[in-house]
Amino acid sequence: MPIVSSVKRVGHRAVDTIWRIGYSTRFFGLILLHSGPSFRRFHLIIRELFFTGVMSLIIILVAGLFVGVVLGLQGYETLKSYGSESALGTLVALSLVRELGPVLAALLFASRAGSAMTAEIGLMKATEQIAAMEMMAVNPIARVVAPRFWAGVISMPLLAAMFSAMGVFGGYLVGVVFIGVDEGSFWSQMQGSVDFQHDILNGVLKSFVFGVAVTVISLFEGFDAPPTAEGVSGATTRTVVQSSLAILLLDVILTALMFRGL
Amino acid sequence: MERTTLDLWVGAFVVAGFVALAILAFKVGNLSTYNVSESYQLKANFGNIGGLKPTASVRSAGVLIGRVTEIRLDASRYEAEVIMSIDKRYQFPRDTLISIQTSGLLGEQYIGLKPGVDEEMLKQGDEIRQSRSAMVLEDLIGQFIAGKAESAK
Amino acid sequence: MSSQPLVEIRDVNFTYDARPVLKGINMTFHRGKVIAVMGGSGCGKTTLFRLIGGALKPTKGEVKIDGQVMHELDQKELYAMRRKMGVLFQFGALFTDMSVYDNVAFQMREHTDLPEEMIRDLVMMKLHAVGLRGTHALMPAELSGGMARRVALARTVALDPMLILYDEPFAGLDPISLTVVGNSIRRLNNALGATSVVVTHDVQESLKIVDYIYFIADGVIVAEGTPAEIQASDKPFVHQFVHGEMDGPVPFHYPSASYQQDLGVRA
Repeated sequence: MPIVSSVKRVGHRAVDTIWRIGYSTRFFGLILLHSGPSFRRFHLIIRELFFTGVMSLIIILVAGLFVGVVLGLQGYETLKSYGSESALGTLVALSLVRELGPVLAALLFASRAGSAMTAEIGLMKATEQIAAMEMMAVNPIARVVAPRFWAGVISMPLLAAMFSAMGVFGGYLVGVVFIGVDEGSFWSQMQGSVDFQHDILNGVLKSFVFGVAVTVISLFEGFDAPPTAEGVSGATTRTVVQSSLAILLLDVILTALMFRGL
Repeated sequence: MERTTLDLWVGAFVVAGFVALAILAFKVGNLSTYNVSESYQLKANFGNIGGLKPTASVRSAGVLIGRVTEIRLDASRYEAEVIMSIDKRYQFPRDTLISIQTSGLLGEQYIGLKPGVDEEMLKQGDEIRQSRSAMVLEDLIGQFIAGKAESAK
Repeated sequence: MSSQPLVEIRDVNFTYDARPVLKGINMTFHRGKVIAVMGGSGCGKTTLFRLIGGALKPTKGEVKIDGQVMHELDQKELYAMRRKMGVLFQFGALFTDMSVYDNVAFQMREHTDLPEEMIRDLVMMKLHAVGLRGTHALMPAELSGGMARRVALARTVALDPMLILYDEPFAGLDPISLTVVGNSIRRLNNALGATSVVVTHDVQESLKIVDYIYFIADGVIVAEGTPAEIQASDKPFVHQFVHGEMDGPVPFHYPSASYQQDLGVRA
């Protein structure tokens, strides 16, 4: 009976998904519970900050600049038809600070740093390094997972801020330097409409939430990966897919919460 | 523990991140004109606020002096109640005129204060009595057409 | 040191997914000895290994180490017990993101408050014991398989454990490395006054270095004795295993329908 078996398969997947959600939630709880040692020995976090933050820097800055340039060009073309080119700064800054900065930086972060985290932890598991650590009476969640989690959570808002700042610079470059929009109105309109609390802090909050989501997913997938080559490569793919979906879903929820009624 | 090149990179990364945040806050955003602690609240009622939004600017003679913090409907009078916070350095007489204005034809709406001549100044929590609602384009056009019809008679 | 055996395994059963892996295992490991646990692939050696390490809980029976029942310990006591144990994993399981030096120093840094100079001396001593002091600045990826195994051995004994577990220490080594690792196991055991358990299927190498051997097949102990007794044994399984014969009690063919039937030949 193909229908029965496909219904069964769907049911299986549903149960499996709920199971994984529960397991990953417990995993997240364990990370928070065992975070003490990472803060007492902060050099562990510093080390991971290098791998997650510094190593993602180039891609974030370059991508931010390009996105800003594109926003500047497209925004100018659209605004020109309404005769309000001077609002270009507002358009570039608001779209970057509220949406594109946090979301695109998080997507890049998931594919650059998140997948690397999954692969690294998956390999540590496949080569019994995690088991070895446990047998040495060292908790791998405290020693391996928690420092990576905090490094991810710390670097994500910083990377998003750099992305946005770079993007605004890109928009300035195109709008003011190349096209010749008035510099004064570019900045003053921007400052007049970008609110620190409402726009910038909410953007930072968004990227913080994305940072938590991406690192938990990446670390969980690595920790849960079957200890084989296929297992690790599958987990890496799942990290990128699930992180991206999680970022976009969370963005919908957060945007609805933050910018509702405006 | 000794210093390593790793620390240097991570340090540079963190500094760059905070510099970016600072740029966003001061150059892109309005933190340079933000002064939450040194402000007082004023209220005003409008028959129609048009497209006014919270965080809209409050200006007097074109100078930014505060921001709209809250907008709600006063259910007893069916009027919009607008609460704004004004920089403490600027005091206004009790008979100040408050109006909703638009920057440019389709631009953002803001609140304008036109000081009166009263000796007494507005204090924290006071209501500005004299208000002029937003100009709604449809109403204006309606009035214009009605006026034309009137003069044609 | 008391005369009480260090490890006692009493009537241990372990069932995995309703499939019995171990059935009524009894073993006694005396202090100062090197013991080998042997058997073919998939006979439950690794399970036994994990039971001793406290990573698994037996379905029935108990594993007693130094007088304490492993599965009755809570997390803290278990970790305290594991600090007294050293484990060498199959392929060394060196931390790939740390240098050789940091690998050996790992447990000292995690579990002691020793100053860095003292850790340095200890690490150099441990590396010297396996003849690899010169590799301290290398990363694990830069080592050969045999060298990685020896570094892992140095890391295993970093805190002078009383019980050392070896999971397939000879797997995938060339003959020279094999002898070096084998000798190191014996020498370190004697130098530390520890007890070593070697889980392996390498008969020839282990016969040279161990004091006592257990043979496991299908989850039960089929033979035990000193190397001399094992070599002289005429039990068919032991004979097949020691001499590496293709067919015997362990059949060449996986249980199947008759050959003629599978080929569709009518009898």
